Amino acid sequence: MKCKVCRAHAVVDIRRHNAAFCQDHFVDHVNSQVAKAIKEFKMVTAEDRLLVAVSGGKDSLAVWDILMNLGYDTTGFYLDLGIGGYSGRSKEAAVAFADSRGVKLIVRSLREEHGFSVPELSTLTGRVPCSGCGLNKRYEFNRAALEEGFDVLVTGHNLDDEVATLFGNVLGWNTQMLGRQRPVLEERVVSAGAARAFVRKIKPLIRIAERETAAYALIRGIDYIVEECPMVEGNTQHRYKEALTLLEEASPGTKHRMYFGFLKNVSDRFAEDRGATELIPCAGCGAPTVASGAHATGELMCSFCKTKALAQARRAEREDATGRGVKRR
Amino acid sequence: MKVKLRNPDRVVEVDGPRTVSALLNRLEVVSEAVLVIRDATLLTRDEPLGPDDELEVRPVLSGGSLPPGDGR
Repeated sequence: MKCKVCRAHAVVDIRRHNAAFCQDHFVDHVNSQVAKAIKEFKMVTAEDRLLVAVSGGKDSLAVWDILMNLGYDTTGFYLDLGIGGYSGRSKEAAVAFADSRGVKLIVRSLREEHGFSVPELSTLTGRVPCSGCGLNKRYEFNRAALEEGFDVLVTGHNLDDEVATLFGNVLGWNTQMLGRQRPVLEERVVSAGAARAFVRKIKPLIRIAERETAAYALIRGIDYIVEECPMVEGNTQHRYKEALTLLEEASPGTKHRMYFGFLKNVSDRFAEDRGATELIPCAGCGAPTVASGAHATGELMCSFCKTKALAQARRAEREDATGRGVKRR
Repeated sequence: MKVKLRNPDRVVEVDGPRTVSALLNRLEVVSEAVLVIRDATLLTRDEPLGPDDELEVRPVLSGGSLPPGDGR
């Protein structure tokens, strides 16, 4: 195959675009696709300070690299989830990338901030690890962005992530989540005139397939962590990705058509379900939480604080039982 | 040819395939789900292969829990 641009030997073929690229023009292609998504969905301005949530994986490090290429003011944020050696190796990848580019990386640890890791939280609360992990990340990413004074939080969601989420939301007809599945989530306040509650969140990689972010990382010399999280086995999102990739293999462009067709033709039909839900400050931490959910349960605490309180209570019970010499069944 | 596979890491010996596509068919791997790498260079699906090649077939689909929203 020849490069679509310069006719040199190609190294990456993209079947849905019916195109192939040499290394340099593939990098140009990815950068231009991200710039196009940023412009199309009005994700950021040139003056915004961006906090990029990085995991040490290909997508988040790639999006950080691309945003730097495009001239944006970026800082990385790594959250140590405490998943054994995997977290150690992923942190090393994030730190090494930041060092290689000479850019700032903020590192926080879930255990140091809150007293538990993702595996411990799962064991204590019975919550599925990936669910607890997502809750922790949402909470800590937003908190870090607000505390450190950033305008925008960037995540490395790619086309495969978004179409798999869409597929899951359609399978369950989760109209509220369908209403909210947008490339940009605007910032929100608890009440008019109050400080920001949720920082603006953007997904600049929505036009880039996962195979392309991996290729981009490899070409750019980004030494990302290739191994899969040990807790992800059986993950529903992963199953959806595999199913959709089989469809993509048979009919290139399927993922792009489904996701961008949704954004163009369907998303606004769920605008009501998107819901301008009232936010109130959490009684535990002051972070914003959805008022209706809090009232319904009679508690004024956010999901994170409720889960953290449950984990702490279960740990205290276990320590108490152990201290009294009671054997747990 | 020697082919490195991931998750878990292992190396398998494969004889016969003359292109990347043929190799992936032999391994029963979906081409959209992997990159094929030789000497730190990516290969397109039609790239010819030789019997002494040392290759890596690297999966690209990650699972996990990137936060889909913010719970608002």
